Amino acid sequence: MSAPVILFYVFAVLAILSALGMVLNIRNTVASAMSLVVTMISLAGIYLLLGAYFIAVVQIMVYAGAIVVLFLFVVMLLNLRTDRFAPGRQWLVKAGALLLTIVVLSELLRLFSGALPLPPAEPVGFGGYRQVGIALFTDYVLLVEMSSLLLLAAIVGALILAKRRID
Amino acid sequence: MPIEVIVKTLFILLVVVGALAPVITWIERKQSAVMQDRIGANRADIAGITVLGLLHPLADVFKLLSKEDVVPTGANRVLHALAPIIAAIPALIAFAVIPYGGVYSFGDWNLSLVAADPDWGLLYIFAIGSIATYGSVLAGWASNNNWSLLGGLRVSAQMISYEVTLGLSVVGVFMVFGTLKLTDMAIAQDTTLRLFGFLEVLFGLPVPAWLSWLRLPAWGVFYQPLGFLMFLTAIMAENKRPPFDMPEGESEIIAGYHLEYSGMRFGLFYMSEFIEIVVIAGLVATIFLGGWAVPFVSQETIISTISGAFNRDFATALCMIVHFATFMLKVIVMIWLQMALRWTLPRFRYDQVMDLCWKILLPLSIVNIFITGAVLLLTRGAA
Repeated sequence: MSAPVILFYVFAVLAILSALGMVLNIRNTVASAMSLVVTMISLAGIYLLLGAYFIAVVQIMVYAGAIVVLFLFVVMLLNLRTDRFAPGRQWLVKAGALLLTIVVLSELLRLFSGALPLPPAEPVGFGGYRQVGIALFTDYVLLVEMSSLLLLAAIVGALILAKRRID
Repeated sequence: MPIEVIVKTLFILLVVVGALAPVITWIERKQSAVMQDRIGANRADIAGITVLGLLHPLADVFKLLSKEDVVPTGANRVLHALAPIIAAIPALIAFAVIPYGGVYSFGDWNLSLVAADPDWGLLYIFAIGSIATYGSVLAGWASNNNWSLLGGLRVSAQMISYEVTLGLSVVGVFMVFGTLKLTDMAIAQDTTLRLFGFLEVLFGLPVPAWLSWLRLPAWGVFYQPLGFLMFLTAIMAENKRPPFDMPEGESEIIAGYHLEYSGMRFGLFYMSEFIEIVVIAGLVATIFLGGWAVPFVSQETIISTISGAFNRDFATALCMIVHFATFMLKVIVMIWLQMALRWTLPRFRYDQVMDLCWKILLPLSIVNIFITGAVLLLTRGAA
């Protein structure tokens, strides 16, 4: 096996194990969040192997570096030691898990039945920040602007909610 | 070549980081002593020889290693043990993409003095920097101590806030040099620019020939003076040392996140802070101060001047040493600057730290991006 293949298996196994660790660590919220970080970093490693450098770095910067830190911030702020879901909501979690299992299984079936075509060859500079930037600000500029408006609305909403509490 | 990469990595770890970090603890003690009119560390000795107090880092290590490793009751043992390691690793691996010399060709062998040279070098540093938060946050949480928890909370809030500014403050530099690759950035700064050239480029005023003699090195700090100040502020805040030491805040929360650590585990937090100082110095030197470039004398000039007397390979090797020395000099100057700031400025209050980030630095960095973009559009046109 070549080095990229070995690395792929290392990252894939790490990602699956840490994802399991995240779900199974019900009693310890912080350990669960740290498992999520390991999952994110392993996914970033797989992106790197695919040549999507920019996505890999953004995956670490945004998901592993910022979002999970915010999760931890909230966990620590509320000082949750033994976190439990409210008993009434358990069916919601189970229904979500069932739906997700069906989707993943059907995707796996499609994959192993050979229905997926081979991807075309990567263009030059694929996955670099230049290509991502050019794609975002030419072909997908409308979507970028729409999502930034959405984020702006969320920020303004959060500010108004927080300000009402302070006033 | 794997052997080349291993040698370069070892070189960085042993020479650049491993040798500088202990020396910095000595510099810090001596500099604070000078600034506070004291004598400073001078007692540690081997058979009566003190070497200006340079043996203190060694004494520190022995002291920390021989201390009892206390784990508080009710602490999460695994995370408590892991946290210092998680804090130290990002500091150690961040230097991988910082070039400590240019590219030198000996015959058909091109030697590039950097351990790893990806196209997205600066993004790598930001990614590593964002991971570095976890060590302190986990330490604060796992210690089962309210002061530690407060420290951990402060770390997460402060680091996330300043990461935003940190990224935005260098966007201007990306735009000027048109790259995120740190080696290319350093090469782009190995030249000079005319001091009054901007009059001609921006306003179309002809600059007389005698003024064109006044030149500056083409360093990032001259293209982006505001960006330099904002980047230095933000990255010093990321390092959590005074005046930004909210997470430790000795007068408020005792020692914050590393309150419940002793022995070498405490030493690891301390060490990673000092290694981060070296990384910050190297990064600022590379982005804003020309990296390894000698001001006013480009690599080609050095090599062709020396190779008049010796053979070309020898001249290239000599140039390599000169560049490495220049880089280390810039790094040491930046370390000194950080030390001087640390012992000069009074501490901020917590709300002042947050105000500085969100109300001053963030708007200014966005304005800086717009102005840089407008100037580049005017001078270079829409390419």
